[in-house]
Amino acid sequence: MQIKSIIIACLLLSAGSVNAQKFITKTGHIRFYSDAPLEKIEAHNHQVNSALDLSTGGFVFKVLLKSFEFEKALMQEHFNENYVESDKYPTATFLGKVTNFKDLDIAKDGVYDVTVEGKLTLHGVTRPVNEKGTIEVKQGKLHGKARFNLVLADYKISIPGAVGNNISKTIEISVDINLDKANM
Amino acid sequence: MYNKFLFSLIFITAMLISVAHAQEELMALIDKDVQPVTDYTAATFKTTRIVIGQSVELPPQGNMLFLITHHFGAINTGYENLFGLKQATIRLGLEYGITNWLGIGAGLNTDRNTWDGFVKAKILRQSTGARRMPLTIDFFANTAIYTTKWADPDRTNYFTSRITYAFQLMFARKFGNILSLQITPSLVHKNLVPTSADKNDIFTLGAGGRIKVSNRVSINAEYHHLFSGQVVSTKVYDSFSLGVDIETGGHVFQIFLTNSFGEYEQTFLTETQGKWSNGDIFLGFNINRMFTIVKPKVVREL
Repeated sequence: MQIKSIIIACLLLSAGSVNAQKFITKTGHIRFYSDAPLEKIEAHNHQVNSALDLSTGGFVFKVLLKSFEFEKALMQEHFNENYVESDKYPTATFLGKVTNFKDLDIAKDGVYDVTVEGKLTLHGVTRPVNEKGTIEVKQGKLHGKARFNLVLADYKISIPGAVGNNISKTIEISVDINLDKANM
Repeated sequence: MYNKFLFSLIFITAMLISVAHAQEELMALIDKDVQPVTDYTAATFKTTRIVIGQSVELPPQGNMLFLITHHFGAINTGYENLFGLKQATIRLGLEYGITNWLGIGAGLNTDRNTWDGFVKAKILRQSTGARRMPLTIDFFANTAIYTTKWADPDRTNYFTSRITYAFQLMFARKFGNILSLQITPSLVHKNLVPTSADKNDIFTLGAGGRIKVSNRVSINAEYHHLFSGQVVSTKVYDSFSLGVDIETGGHVFQIFLTNSFGEYEQTFLTETQGKWSNGDIFLGFNINRMFTIVKPKVVREL
C-alpha cells in the first residue's frame, strides 16, 4: 500500500514536469550599475536567456557576459578582459526557483510578489542568492522584475586601488524580463 | 510510524531530484535553438602599438586615441648628457576608429618636422564560434612629409623629395589570454635617397609579441630585420625594442628601451642607427589616452 502511494507520488511529480507550464525568453534585459564617487558606469544586456516553470517554480537564467553593452568601448573591453574574464568564464548562470510559485495564478492577471532563491554562478564562483521581485501576469504572459546588489569581492572580482574611486565594490543589478509560453 | 518517516524521506528526495531535474530541463530549454554567433577576438594587444611599431589594434568605432610618443637620447652618452635625458624626439598623434575595421591617423614628429598620415584596415579578424578565423590580418599605409629647410638649397629641389611612404601587412594571433604574436612585413618607399647605391624601396620583416604578466601589465618585444644591400650610404641596424605595457583604466602607458631614435615607420625601419651592443639605447614611453567621440547606441529600456 505504502509502496503504491510512493510510486503514485513519483509518477505524479514526473507527470507534473512533463505537462509543465514553461515560460521562456531569449531577449531579457539586465542592467548593471556601478555608482562610484568619480564615475557612474552602466551596462545593458538585452540577450538574457531565462526560463520559468510554473508547475515546479524552477527558474533559471543564462547571461552571455560579452553581450553587455557599455557607452565606452574601452570599459566594455576592460569588463571582459580584466574583471569578469569572459574568455575564461563566458556566462553567468542562475539555477533556482520561485519559492512561492503556488501563489501565482496564470489565469488571474495581477502583480505578484515573489521570492527567488537559488545559486548564482559568476566568474567561476557559485553563491546562494535569495532576492525578492515581482512577477506580473498579463494575458497569459509573465513580466518579471527584480533589483538587487552584488558584492564584486564575493565573486573574486577585484578592483585595483588605482580605480577604486571609479568602480563601486557593490554593483546594482536590475532584471526586467518578458516571458512567453514555451513552444513545446 | 517508521513507514511514514520513510515515505516522507523518499517523497522529499523525489521532490528535490524533481526540482533539480526541472532546472536542468529549463537550462536545456534555454540552450535549445541557440544560434552560434561569431565571437571576434578582442584586445590582441592593449593598444595600437606593440612597442614602437603598429599592432593590429585599432581604436574602437567612434573612439579617438591621443598618443604621445617620446624617445630620450642614447643612454651611453654619459652623465654630461644625463644619459640621454637632454635630448628627445617626440611624436604627437591622433587616431580615430571610423568602423571597427577601419582607422585613420595623423602625427607630427619633431624629427625633421615630419607630418605623417595613415590608413589602417582589418582585412581579417580572428574569431571563434559561427565563423572561425585563426588570424587577424591588417593592412597599413602611411605617407610622411618632412618640412624642415632643404639640406642643400643650391640644388634643384622638388617637393616630392620630401615624401616617403610605408606599407605593412600584419598577421597576428592571440593565443589564449597571455600570449599574442605578430609578424609584420614592411615596405618603405623613399622618393629621394642619399646616393644611387641606396634603394628607393626597402623591405623589412618584423616580429613582435606580448606576454601578459597580469590583467593590466604585459611585457612586449618587437624586432624588425632590415635586409642587407638596401641602405648602404649610412650604417644602419635592425630595430629592437623591449617594453612594458601598463593599463590603468583610461590610459595605457608603454615604457620601453629601443635602439631606434625615430618614431614613425620610415625612421625606425630604415634609419635605426643605434646598436644595442654599443649601448646606443634610448629610453622611451608612449602615453595612450582614448576618448569616446561617438557614443554607441545602448538601449536602456525594453
